[in-house]
Amino acid sequence: MTDIDLNYDVLVIGAGVVGCAIARELARHKKTGGERLRVAVVDKEPDVSLGTSSRNSAVVHSGINYAPGTERAVLDVKGNAMMDKLCGELKVPIKRIGKLTVALTEGDLPGLHKQKNQGEANGVPGMELMDNAKMQTIQPGIEGILGLWTPTSAIISSFGLTIALAENAHANGVDFHLNYAVKSIARPGKPGDPFEVRSADGRTCRSALVVNAAGLHCDEVSAMVGITNVKIWACRGEYYVLDKRLDGTLKTLIYPVPGPNDPGLGIHLTPTVDGNILIGPSAVYIPEEDREDYRATSAIMADLRREGLRLLPDLAASDFIRSFAGNRPKQTPPEKGGNADFVIEETSVPGFIHLLGIESPGLTSSPAIALKVKDMIVKHIPLTERTDFVAERPGFIGTFSELPLEQRMDLIKTEPEYGEIICRCEQITKKEIRQAIENPLGVRTMASIKYRARAQMGRCQGGFCTPRIVRMLRDEYGYRPEDFFVRGGAPMFAGNVRSEKGGDAR
Amino acid sequence: MSASKVIERDLVVIGGGPAGLAAAIAAKEAGCDVVLIERDRILGGILNQCIHDGFGLHRFGEALSGPEYAGRFIAQLKGLDVPVLQNTIVLNLSSDRKLLVSRMGELTEIHAKAIVLAMGCRERTRGALSIPGHRPSGVYTAGAAQNFVNMENIMPGKRVCILGSGDIGLIMARRMTLEGAKVEAVFELLPWSSGLPRNIRQCLVDYGIPLYLSTTVVNISGMGRLEGITVATVDDKRQPVAGTEKFFPCDTLLLSVGLIPENELAREAGVALSPITGGALVDADCMTSIPGVFSCGNALHVHDLVDRVSEEAERAGRAAAAFVAGKLSSGGTGVSILPGSGVRYVMPDHMTIPENPEETTLAFRVTTPKRDGVVRAAAGDTILKEEKHPRLHPAEMVWMRLSVEALRELKKSGKALEVSAS
Repeated sequence: MTDIDLNYDVLVIGAGVVGCAIARELARHKKTGGERLRVAVVDKEPDVSLGTSSRNSAVVHSGINYAPGTERAVLDVKGNAMMDKLCGELKVPIKRIGKLTVALTEGDLPGLHKQKNQGEANGVPGMELMDNAKMQTIQPGIEGILGLWTPTSAIISSFGLTIALAENAHANGVDFHLNYAVKSIARPGKPGDPFEVRSADGRTCRSALVVNAAGLHCDEVSAMVGITNVKIWACRGEYYVLDKRLDGTLKTLIYPVPGPNDPGLGIHLTPTVDGNILIGPSAVYIPEEDREDYRATSAIMADLRREGLRLLPDLAASDFIRSFAGNRPKQTPPEKGGNADFVIEETSVPGFIHLLGIESPGLTSSPAIALKVKDMIVKHIPLTERTDFVAERPGFIGTFSELPLEQRMDLIKTEPEYGEIICRCEQITKKEIRQAIENPLGVRTMASIKYRARAQMGRCQGGFCTPRIVRMLRDEYGYRPEDFFVRGGAPMFAGNVRSEKGGDAR
Repeated sequence: MSASKVIERDLVVIGGGPAGLAAAIAAKEAGCDVVLIERDRILGGILNQCIHDGFGLHRFGEALSGPEYAGRFIAQLKGLDVPVLQNTIVLNLSSDRKLLVSRMGELTEIHAKAIVLAMGCRERTRGALSIPGHRPSGVYTAGAAQNFVNMENIMPGKRVCILGSGDIGLIMARRMTLEGAKVEAVFELLPWSSGLPRNIRQCLVDYGIPLYLSTTVVNISGMGRLEGITVATVDDKRQPVAGTEKFFPCDTLLLSVGLIPENELAREAGVALSPITGGALVDADCMTSIPGVFSCGNALHVHDLVDRVSEEAERAGRAAAAFVAGKLSSGGTGVSILPGSGVRYVMPDHMTIPENPEETTLAFRVTTPKRDGVVRAAAGDTILKEEKHPRLHPAEMVWMRLSVEALRELKKSGKALEVSAS
């Protein structure tokens, strides 16, 4: 690994949706007086958005779930209101499908009214209580005695947003250092001198300010500067992904009324912007040893299947196309459960800002969190908006197959590779795969291609397209078998079957 | 659906694998104007990666490799001057037989008088099985692994376990062994193997690879690369039995756990599908619920032998040509054909008697292995045909031919035809 020895004004640790949103917000600014603001993001993974940010329900929440006055409530409502402009600029799919929180029994009613009262206090727009008949007009077949309708609830591509924020930040001058597992943070000089942030493989970045957006590891990062009184517990949520055959079955988000001590929002069905349905998430605290233990467990899988079949009785085995898990960074221990408010503060260590416990609604809040952090940074470095900031992603068209036919035909004329399908399930073209391979961050794992182009995400789970992507990377980009990785870590393949010369490679 | 370029065609065959090739040839030989659409860059479909032999034993009396078997049909097709659109994918099929087709640099709409669906099948994945555990690299479907080894010169791993004793898994057990990997074992959920007996013998027994029946994978370990799997025996409800878990270290897990007919186009067009096979419901001419749309090969139901795919596809191709020529009407559903005791499904699903030629073929699979078995086609108390089989196995399809006399009897009775095995 090449040594880097770079100086920054702000270094963000963690390339999840929050870290990337902060990076893009900072990229929008320069130092007052004209000098460039030097910003970097570091992450231990080989790409952005491989942690909690890509492992959730991908819902933009309205803000009814959080106690008035909390950071969670304020940032959620504010972030929600910012999403349409942001997603428009970055061509990130978002659908404002609204949400029904449904009381099934009389016993659920106090909880439901509490949500409505919270929503009112938090300034959630457009809320409405609905009887069953009214609910039927939104979601035929729904059962329940009373529902709370929140039209600002939306679904989004969570990894799509994170990647877009990162790539756009990068295009506007932010450096990304990936595979950069922070090992130590020191401030060798006097107070006010830069921090030295070292990676496990010997790289060093110096930065005047450090923003700890390390998600599941935020307490470990804070401990590196001597803040040892904060603690995170990982709470795993397992999901199933259902086949697109069921696209359109759900017209809106449907949630149960959460119980007072639920660590999550309950197992439910969530449509995705891509036409799948998610079942989940569960909420189970996992042992300390590995906060990124994303295993699927047979007991939870059985629960999720049961719940899915209860709500969609004609589900076939083949409709369950994948499972995944995501871990919430919780500040509340297992014996307490529930939720604690986000902590976003400049710590006792001047210039070290940390963000603790950014679980749900972190995705929704991310643009508002970025503004808040920017304002904290302004206290150290006065900032002015740049006039040359490029808010859009040039050349990025979104998902080709979802464009109108006329536009597709025009695009194919200038770029014939739009006419060649590589991933048949998702109808992803060769041009889109190529754009994913040649992404601005330069990451080349199979997961990087998958999250950018949606290839391998369909019902055959890459059985058809993976060999074709492998062939592209080999024939057109010169990959050897040992160059292929799913996410990093161990290679996908053992080597060639036989040597190129025709001899036996064994 | 409106593309700038619109083409009119008599018959479009979707899929250039063994079914599509045979259907296109049969239709062309019957005098029909045919175009064949293939999404890959070459014809032959999955046969191209099947470099083992055993193809064509019934049809040609020879043990050919997959590419050799396909090659014979490709040569025949070329001799007949059938236009082939390669690197071409059908994006949409409508119920009035209009296709939206994408190929390098062009979106085209094709209006067809008849269509043969021959898209083959895909493999079931880990997701559909819900195997608990981590998601390391090194877990592949057997077919994807076969593609890497045989088409791309890439070795997926060196220490292999296989779940499922389907034919592809068995073939890959031998293939990986021949290429220097250590295949630890094959595990099968059912109390019998899912593959052809000859493959059990030639791919496992001959290489000393153990087969564990009534066993499944209950956990996958490894955060980066696969480190091993935990298996357990299952009870008669196919549930893992606590205390029987055993860990097998390995860097590769191949899944050979079933094939699913590719029918997304058919479903969107409104073709009625069987919940048992996942393929279309068809009559004896392989015609689906949409008049002029035919289905054959593994898109219709998953076959054991390619020879049978070719035979069935030829029937579909001939019928499609007859439909184009106005010699085949779509007159009603006729007689229902039902799976009886001991039979999982029967193909076709129904028959329109007057349209059929002198004999009809029923294809079906039994539910459990049997020795000295009897298969029977009966309408009420009337037995149309009864055959003795020294051995019946779910992995092997049974093909029963019914004569025209028997069919007439059936028509007179007005009852459903039921196929059973005992």
